[in-house]
Amino acid sequence: MYRVQTRTKASQIAGLLALGLVIVGIILPAFASRTMIQDLFFILSMLTLAQFWNLLAGYGGLVSVGQQAFVGLGAYAMFGGVILLGWDPVPALILSGLVAVVIAVPTAFFTFRLQGAYFAIGTWVVAEVVRLSLATWKTLGGGTGTSLPRTASDFWGTAQVAALFDVRAAAARDIVTYWLALTLAVATIGGIYALLRSRRGLALAALRDNFDAAKSVGVDATRMKWLVFLVAAFGTGIAGGLIYLQKSRISPDAAFSVTDWTAYVIFIVVIGGIGTIEGPIIGVLVFWLLQSTLADFGSWYLMILGGLGIVVMLFAPRGLWGFVSDRTGVQLFPIRRRLIVTKGE
Amino acid sequence: MIWLDTIVQGILLGGLYALFAAGLSLVFGIMRLVNLAHGDLIVMGAYLILTIVSVLGINPFLAALIAMPIMFALGWLLQRVVLNRVLGPDILPPLLVTFGLSIVLQNALLEGFSADSQRIGAGLLETASWNLGPVTVGIMPVLTFASAILVIVGLNQLFYRTSLGRAFRATSDDPVTASLMGIKPAGVFAMATGIAMIVVTIAALYLGMRANFDPTIGPARLIYAFEAVIIGGLGSLWGTLAGGIIIGVAQTLGAAVSPEWQILAGHVAFLVVLLIKPRGLFPRAYD
Amino acid sequence: MTLLETQNLTAHYGDFQALFGVDIRLEAGQTIAIIGANGAGKTTLMRSIAGVLRNAPGMIRYDGTAIGALPADEVMAMGVSMVPEGRKLFPSLSVEENLLVGTYGRKIVGHWSLDTVYRLFPILREKRHVPGTALSGGQQQMVAIGRALMSNPRVLLCDEISLGLAPVVIRDIYAALPEIQSSGASVIVVEQDIGQAMKVASTVYCMMEGRVTLSGAPGTLSRGAIHAAYFGAHA
Ligand SMILES: Nc1ncnc2c1ncn2[C@@H]1O[C@H](COP(=O)(O)OP(=O)(O)O)[C@@H](O)[C@H]1O
Ligand SMILES: [Mg+2]
Repeated sequence: MYRVQTRTKASQIAGLLALGLVIVGIILPAFASRTMIQDLFFILSMLTLAQFWNLLAGYGGLVSVGQQAFVGLGAYAMFGGVILLGWDPVPALILSGLVAVVIAVPTAFFTFRLQGAYFAIGTWVVAEVVRLSLATWKTLGGGTGTSLPRTASDFWGTAQVAALFDVRAAAARDIVTYWLALTLAVATIGGIYALLRSRRGLALAALRDNFDAAKSVGVDATRMKWLVFLVAAFGTGIAGGLIYLQKSRISPDAAFSVTDWTAYVIFIVVIGGIGTIEGPIIGVLVFWLLQSTLADFGSWYLMILGGLGIVVMLFAPRGLWGFVSDRTGVQLFPIRRRLIVTKGE
Repeated sequence: MIWLDTIVQGILLGGLYALFAAGLSLVFGIMRLVNLAHGDLIVMGAYLILTIVSVLGINPFLAALIAMPIMFALGWLLQRVVLNRVLGPDILPPLLVTFGLSIVLQNALLEGFSADSQRIGAGLLETASWNLGPVTVGIMPVLTFASAILVIVGLNQLFYRTSLGRAFRATSDDPVTASLMGIKPAGVFAMATGIAMIVVTIAALYLGMRANFDPTIGPARLIYAFEAVIIGGLGSLWGTLAGGIIIGVAQTLGAAVSPEWQILAGHVAFLVVLLIKPRGLFPRAYD
Repeated sequence: MTLLETQNLTAHYGDFQALFGVDIRLEAGQTIAIIGANGAGKTTLMRSIAGVLRNAPGMIRYDGTAIGALPADEVMAMGVSMVPEGRKLFPSLSVEENLLVGTYGRKIVGHWSLDTVYRLFPILREKRHVPGTALSGGQQQMVAIGRALMSNPRVLLCDEISLGLAPVVIRDIYAALPEIQSSGASVIVVEQDIGQAMKVASTVYCMMEGRVTLSGAPGTLSRGAIHAAYFGAHA
C-alpha cells in the first residue's frame, strides 16, 4: 500500500512551534518593551518583503531589482487614501495592494519583453519612472514628501489598544502596526506555502527546475509569471503601505529606495537561502543581528552586507538554510510529495 | 531655434551615454553577463583619476592614461577571481554578485572619499565653446562625443580586425568549441572585462570633468547605459550610440519643458522604444 | 610508438555513466576508427580525449604525458585537435576567420596554413569571406576539418564527419585523408558507417553502451562478429 504525503516529522514539529510562536507574538505587546515591538515590526515587514521577492526570483525566475516600485506605490496609495479621500489609514492599506497591482500590469507588460538580467534592470527603470512621476505630484508633497495628517494618527484600533494596555497613543500605534505586520507576515508565509503546495505551485516548481520539460507537459509559463508578479506586487504594496503607516512620513527618495527595499531584501533572501520558505526567515534574523551590531559603522555595515552576499553566492549558493538542509535533510516547509509505503492489507 | 540648440545638446549628451554603455555592451556581447556594478565602476574610475590628478598634479587626460592600466588590471582580476565563477545558464548568481559588488563599491567610496561631491578640474576646457551660428556648443561635450565615436571605431577594429577580436566572437558564439580551438574562455573573458574597464576609464574621465559626482550616482549611470544598449539592440555598438543619442535628446527636450522632467523623459523614451521595437533598433540577426 | 591511449576510461554526465572502462590505442602515423550505434559513447570518448570532459589524469596518456585532467585548450596546445560532431562553425565568423581561430595565440609551424588548407579544399578559397554557416553541409565540414588542421595537430579527432552528407560529398571529404596523414597527423575517425571505417582504418574499435565490444584490424573481423558487437548479441 502507498500513501502520498508532503508532511515530514520536522514539518509537524515546526508547525506546532510556529503556532506557539504566533500566539506568543499576539500577546507579546502585553509585556514587551516599545523598542522590542518596533524591532519586531521591522523584522516582520522585511520578512514579508523577502518572502515576496523570494516567490518572484526563487520560484518564478523573475529577478526583479525594482520591487521598491511597489513598496513606494503602496505607501503613496495609503497616503493618498488618507489625504485625498479622507480614509482611515488601516482600510487604506487595501488601496496600497490594489494600486500596486494596477501598476504591476503595465510593468509586467513592458518588462516581460526583456530576458534575464535585462528584465532585472527593466524593473528598476520602471521603479525610477514611478518615483520621478510621484515626485512631480505636489498634492502628495512632490519631491520633498509629506507627513500623515494629525487627524489620521488615531487610526483604527489605537484608542482601544491604548485603553487595553494603558499606554500612550504613540505606543498604541506601534502595537497596532506590529499586529498588522504580524498578520501580514503570517498570511504571506501561509499563503505562499499554500500556493506552492497547490497544483499551480507544483507547476511553478516544475518551471524552475526544468523550464523546457515543464512547458512540454503543458505548464503555461507566461500565465505563471503573470500570477507570481501580480501576487508579489499586491503583497509588497500592502507591506509598503504598512511600513509608511508606521513611519508616518514619506518622501519619494525614501519610499522608492533601491537599497532599503530591494538590496536589503535580496541579501536577506540570498544569505538565508533562495528558493525556500525557511531561507528568508533565517536571512531576516541574520540581517537584523548584523544591523543591530554594526549599524554604528555606517557604510562599513553595508560593505560587509554586500561582501557577505557575494561570498554566500560564490561558496554556498543555496544560502545558510540550503547549507543546513543539505547536511541534515530537514525541511520545515516541505513541498515535495513523497511516496510512503505502508504495511498491511 | 531654441529647439535646434536643445536637440544638438541632446545629441552631444548622447555621446556621454554611449561611453557609459560601450563597456556594458562589450561585456554582455561576449559573455552574456550584465554587470550591475558597471555604473559604480565608472564612478570609481572618476575617483581614481581625481586622486591621480591631485597627487601628481597633472592634467586629467594624462591621469586617465595612467588610470587605464590600473583599471584594466582590476577588471581582469575581477573577472578572473569572481565573475568567471558565476557565469553559466543560471542568471541569478552573476546578477546577485554584481549587485553585491555595487553596494560594496558605493560604500567603500563613501568611506574613502565622503559623500561630498567632487569634480575633476579641466581648466579652460570646462567653459570653452564654439559659436556655430544658430547653436553654441561646448568644447567638452564635443570632445565627449568625438571620444565616443573613437571608442566605438576602436572597439569595432578590435572586434573585426584582430585575432583577439576573433577569439572574442568565437567564444561568444560557442565557448566549448572555442576551447577546442585552443582558446581559454576564462582568459578571453578576463581580457574582455579588462578592455571594458579601459572604456570605463574614458567614460569616467568625462563624467568627472563635465559635472559633479559623488559615490551614489553609479546606479543612475548604469540605467542610462542599459537603456542605450537595449534601444540600440544587443551587440551593436553603433546602435548603442544611437540609443545614447535618443536618451540624450529625450532628456534635454524634457528638461526644456521642466527640470523635473529631464530624467523622466529619458526613461519614457526608452519604454516607448521597448514597446515599438522590443529587440532594439539594430538587433543582431542571430542570438 | 604509442602516441595516444586511454586506460580504463570512464565518463559521467551528472549521475549518468556514459563510459565504462574504455581502452583504445593510437600508434604514431596510424589511423583508427571508432564505430558504434547512436548513443554508444563515441562522442563522449572524443570529448574526453579532447578535454571537454575532465577525467582522472592517468586515464588518457598522450605522448607519455597523463592528460586526462587537462582542459581542452591545453590538450589542443599539446597537439590534439578535434573536428567536433555537427561541425560547430562559429556563426559570427567568416570562413577564413573560422580557419584562423585554429591558430589563436600561437606561432604555427608545419605543413598546414591558410594556403595549404585552401589547396586541399579549393572551394573554401572562393568562399573565404562568406559566413561559415552560409555554406552547404559538405563545405561546412571542410571548414571544420581545415580549422582543426590549422594548428598542425599530431592527433586529429574526427567525430562523424560524414553525418548527413551525400555519398559523393563524403567521398570528396575522405579524399583529403591521405594528405592529412602524410602531413604527419595520426587520425581517429568516428563513424556510424562501418564500410567507410573499414576502408580507412588499420584498427577498428566497435563500441556499444559505453564499452568497447570488439576491436581489431578490419580484415580480421567477421561480419557476424561486427554485427553482434554493434547491435548487441540479441539483435
Ligand atoms: N550532455 C549530455 N548529458 C547527458 N547525457 C548525455 C550527454 N551527452 C550524451 N549523453 C548520453 O551519453 C550516452 C553516449 O552518448 P554519445 O557519446 O553522444 O554517443 P554517440 O556519440 O556514440 O552517439 C548516450 O546515452 C547519451 O544519451
Ligand atoms: Mg556522437
